[in-house]
Amino acid sequence: MNEGFPLLSALIFLPLAGALVTMFLPSDSAARAWALVVTTACALLSIPLYTGFNNGTAQYQFGEHHPWISAWNINYTLGVDGISLLLILLTTIIMPFCVLASWRYIAKRVKAFMVCLLVMECAMIGVFAALDFVLFYVLWEAMLIPMYLIIGIWGGPRKVYASIKFFIYTLAGSVMLLVAIIALYLSSTPHTFSIPMLMGGAYSQTMQILVFLAFFLAFAIKVPMFPFHTWLPAAHVEAPTAGSVILASILLKMGTYGFLRFCLPITPVATLTLMPYILWLSVVAILYGGFTALAQKDMKKLIAYSSVGHMGFVTLGIFVLNRAGIEGAILQMINHGVTTGALFLCVGMIYERTHSRELAQATGIGKQMPIFVTFLAFFSLSSLAFPGTNSFVGEFMILAGGFSRNLIIAGAAIPGAILAAAYMLRMLQKVIWGGVDNPVQSLMDLNAREIVTLAPFLLFVFWIGLGPEPFLSVMHTSVTHLLEQVASAAKSTAVAGLLP
Amino acid sequence: MKLMLFAPELILLLGSLLLFILTLTADGKTARKMALLIGLAASIVSLAALNQTGTLFVKAYQVDLFSQLFKALIAIGMTVVLLFSGELKDITPRMKPEYYLFLVLSSLGLMMLVSSVELITLFVALELSSFSLYLMVPMRDDHQGLRSQMEAGIKYIMFAVMATGIMLFGMSYLFGLTGTTYLAGLATRLPSLITEPAAIAGIAMVLSGFLFKLAVFPFHFWVPDVYQGASNETTSFIASVPKLGAVAILIRITMLAAPEGAMIVKMLVICAVCSMFYGNLAALVQKDIKRMLGFSGIAHAGFVLLGLLTLHKEGYATSIFYIIGYVLMNMACFLVLCQVSKSGENVEISDLSGLYQRSPLLAFTLATGMMALAGIPPFVGFMGKFMLLAGALQAKQLTLVVLAALNTAIAIYYYLSVLKVAYCDQPVSTDSIEVSFGTKALSLGLILAIITLGVIPGQMLALANQAVAAIL
Repeated sequence: MNEGFPLLSALIFLPLAGALVTMFLPSDSAARAWALVVTTACALLSIPLYTGFNNGTAQYQFGEHHPWISAWNINYTLGVDGISLLLILLTTIIMPFCVLASWRYIAKRVKAFMVCLLVMECAMIGVFAALDFVLFYVLWEAMLIPMYLIIGIWGGPRKVYASIKFFIYTLAGSVMLLVAIIALYLSSTPHTFSIPMLMGGAYSQTMQILVFLAFFLAFAIKVPMFPFHTWLPAAHVEAPTAGSVILASILLKMGTYGFLRFCLPITPVATLTLMPYILWLSVVAILYGGFTALAQKDMKKLIAYSSVGHMGFVTLGIFVLNRAGIEGAILQMINHGVTTGALFLCVGMIYERTHSRELAQATGIGKQMPIFVTFLAFFSLSSLAFPGTNSFVGEFMILAGGFSRNLIIAGAAIPGAILAAAYMLRMLQKVIWGGVDNPVQSLMDLNAREIVTLAPFLLFVFWIGLGPEPFLSVMHTSVTHLLEQVASAAKSTAVAGLLP
Repeated sequence: MKLMLFAPELILLLGSLLLFILTLTADGKTARKMALLIGLAASIVSLAALNQTGTLFVKAYQVDLFSQLFKALIAIGMTVVLLFSGELKDITPRMKPEYYLFLVLSSLGLMMLVSSVELITLFVALELSSFSLYLMVPMRDDHQGLRSQMEAGIKYIMFAVMATGIMLFGMSYLFGLTGTTYLAGLATRLPSLITEPAAIAGIAMVLSGFLFKLAVFPFHFWVPDVYQGASNETTSFIASVPKLGAVAILIRITMLAAPEGAMIVKMLVICAVCSMFYGNLAALVQKDIKRMLGFSGIAHAGFVLLGLLTLHKEGYATSIFYIIGYVLMNMACFLVLCQVSKSGENVEISDLSGLYQRSPLLAFTLATGMMALAGIPPFVGFMGKFMLLAGALQAKQLTLVVLAALNTAIAIYYYLSVLKVAYCDQPVSTDSIEVSFGTKALSLGLILAIITLGVIPGQMLALANQAVAAIL
C-alpha cells in the first residue's frame, strides 16, 4: 500500500479542490468553464486507472492507507478491484457531460450548482474507492446534501416534495446500515472497520441475517428495488437534467455495488438463505417497472420506471450467484449508466426547447430535429436491449446466468424484455412519426455542444455492444474471487447446496 | 502558583465586580465592551491554565484537565454568545449592564461547578449559575404586553426549584449512607452499597438536578416555554453553555454508580429513549424556530446519555466530544437566528424563507448547523453520533442503539424543512440582511470548526479521553 502516485486520492480531492475554487470565481461563465475543466481533468486522470490495472489479480489495486481516527481504528483506506474500477471510470466520464448538459439549462445560481456537481463527484468516486466502512458511510451520506440541493433548488415544480422524499428515504434506509457496520466492527477481532478484513469473518447465522437485512434496506432503497422505488420517479422528474443523469447513471449503481461489495462476501450465508426472495423481488421489479413505464405520459417518468425494470435485471444477475449472472450484472450497471444517462440528456434537450416533458408535446419532432431523433433512436434501441447494442450483451448474460440457476425465475423475467421493447418503441414512434398536433412548430436541431455531449455515449453503446471484452476482462478475476468467497464461507453450512 | 489554579474564575469574579460598578453608572455599550473584554481574558487565561492541577478550599475544589477543559469551553462559549448577540436588541435598555453582569456571573457559576468535587460546593456553584439565568429570562422587552418573558421566567424558576429540591434530598441520602459529602469519599464507599435502594435513590435524585439542566425527559418541561419566552440572545446562552457544565457533573455523578450500577443504567436508558422520541416527535410540528431547537435539544440530551450510561471512560469521552459538537452546531443556528431577527422578535421557520438570497453566508451557516444537528457527515454531529452509537453497542445496548438510529431518521425531517425554507422557498422580503464583519468571521469560524471536528476528530477526542482519565 501507499506506493507510487496516490491516484485515487487525487481523483477524490481534485473535484473538491475545484469546488473550493469555484466559490471564488467572478462570473457564471467562468464557473461553467472551470467545472468543465475540472471534470475533464478528472476523466483524463482516471485513464491510468484502467491502463495500469492488473487483470490477473483479485487484490485491491492503487491502494492507499492512512490512519484517520486511531482511537477507533478507523483508517483512510482506498483501493479498486475489477468490480469498482468500471464504476469509477463511469463516474469520471459521465461528469463532464453533466456539466455540458447544464450549460444553458441552469440559468440561475450557476456557481452554486457547479459546486454541488463537483462535491458530488468527490463523494461518488470516494464511495466506490473506499475500503474502510466509516469512510464509505461518511461519503455515502455526505452525498445526500449536494444531491438534495441539486433537486431542491434547480428542480421542477414539485422539487420540494421530490427532494425531501429523496433525502428522507435514503437516510432512513441507511441508519440501520450504520448500526450494522458498528455491529460488524464489534464482532471482529481485533476490532476493525476495514472492509477486506471483515469479509469472510465467521459470523453466526442470526447475525448474518440481521446484518444482511440492514444492508439490504439501505441498498435496496438506493437501487431502487420494488417496493422501495417510489422516491425515484419523483426525484427523476423534478431534478434538472444533470441531476437526473447523476441519479440514473451513478447513484443507482451504488445500491447494486453495495450488494456486490458487502452483502455477498460479508454475509454469504444470509445471501444464500435469502436469495430466492430477492430473485423474486427482482422479477417483480422488472415486470412492474415495465408495465408502469408503458403507461407513462411524461418522458422522464417513463425512463425512471424503465430504470426500475433495468435495475431489476441487475439485482437478478447479482443474486443468481454465478459467473455469467454477476458479470452480466456489472456490465449492465455500466450499460444502464450509459444508456439511461443518454436518454435523460435527450429528454433534457427536448425540454430546453419545448419546456415540456410530456410525450404528447414532443410528438412528431423527427421532422424538425433529424439529428436528435437519430441519437434518441439508438439510445432507445439500446435501452430495449437490441442485439448489437450494449444492453443486449448485459441482459443476455444475466438471463443466461438466470436460466442456469432457476428456469422459472428466469422465464418469469423474460416478459420484462418484451415490455422494454413495447414502451421504448411506443415512445420512439410518437416522438419520430407522431401526429402533427405539436404546437411548437420550429425547433432547432442539436447544436455542436449537444452533439458533443451525446456522441461519446453512442460510442460506448456500440463499443460495449460489439466488443465487450475490454470491459469484461477487467472483472473476471475479481468476480471469480467473489464467488469463491461466497462458496468457501458457505461450504460448511446448510445452505451450501444452493451454490452452483 | 496557587493563583493560576483559580485564575479563570478570578477573572470572571473581578469582571463581575467591575460590571456591577458599571451597572450603577454606565450604559449598555460600555458594559458590552467590558463583558467582551472579560470573556476574551477569561478564554485566554483558561486556555493557558489548561494543564494546571491541584486542589483548593479544603479539597472541595479540584483543578485538573477535566475541569480546565470545561472551563476553557465555558469561557469561549460565553465570549461567542457575547459576540454574536450584538447590542442586545431585545433587552430593556436600562437593564443591559445588569444583563451582562448576570451572564458573567452565570458563567462563573458554571466554571466553579465543573471543578466542584464536594456536594455542598457543587450545589452552591450550580445555584450561582442558575439564579443568574432565572434573572436574565424576564429581562426581555415586553413587546405586546403579553408578559410572556415573565411567564417563562416563572416557569423556569418553579421547575428548577423542584429539581433542586429533589437533588438536595438525594444528597442527604448519600450523606446519610456514607457520612461524607466529598465525591472522592463517596466513590470509595458507594460501590459496596450500590445495590441498596437508598443509594440508588440517592444517586438518581442527585442526577435529576443535572438532568434538569441538560433538559432530559422527564425534566424537560421548562424548555419550550423558556426558549420561546426568553430573548434570542438569552436562549442562545441557555441552550448551549450550561449544557457543558451539566454534562461535566453528570459524568462525575454517574461515575459513582460504576461499575455495578445496573439500576442507574436502566434509568438512564429509559430517560434517553424517552428524550429522543419525545424531543424529535414534538420538534416535527413546531413553527417557532426556538421551540424547535428546544425540542431538538431534548432529543440531543437523550443522545448524550448514550455515552454516560456505558459507565465506561471511552463513553464519557464521547459524551464530552458530543456535547462540544452540540454546542458548536447549536451556536451556528442561534447565530443565524439572532441576525435574522430584526428587532429581537421571535423567528418563525417561515421567516427564514429565501434566506439564501438574502444572505448566502447566513444560509450556509444555518445549513451547516442544521445538517450537523441532523447527524449528516462530514459534520461533527455525525462523528459524535457514530461514536456514541458504537460505544453504546459495545456496552450491549442493542435495542437502545436501534431506537437511537431510528430517531436520527425521524429528526432529519424537521432539520431538512428548515433547510428547504432557507434554500428553496421564495424570500418574504427581498432586502438583504446586514451582517457585521465580526459576525461573518464568527460564522465562518463555526462552520470551519463543525467541519474540522467532523473530519478530523482525533485530537479533540484524545483531549476528551485525557480529561476523563484525569478524574478517574
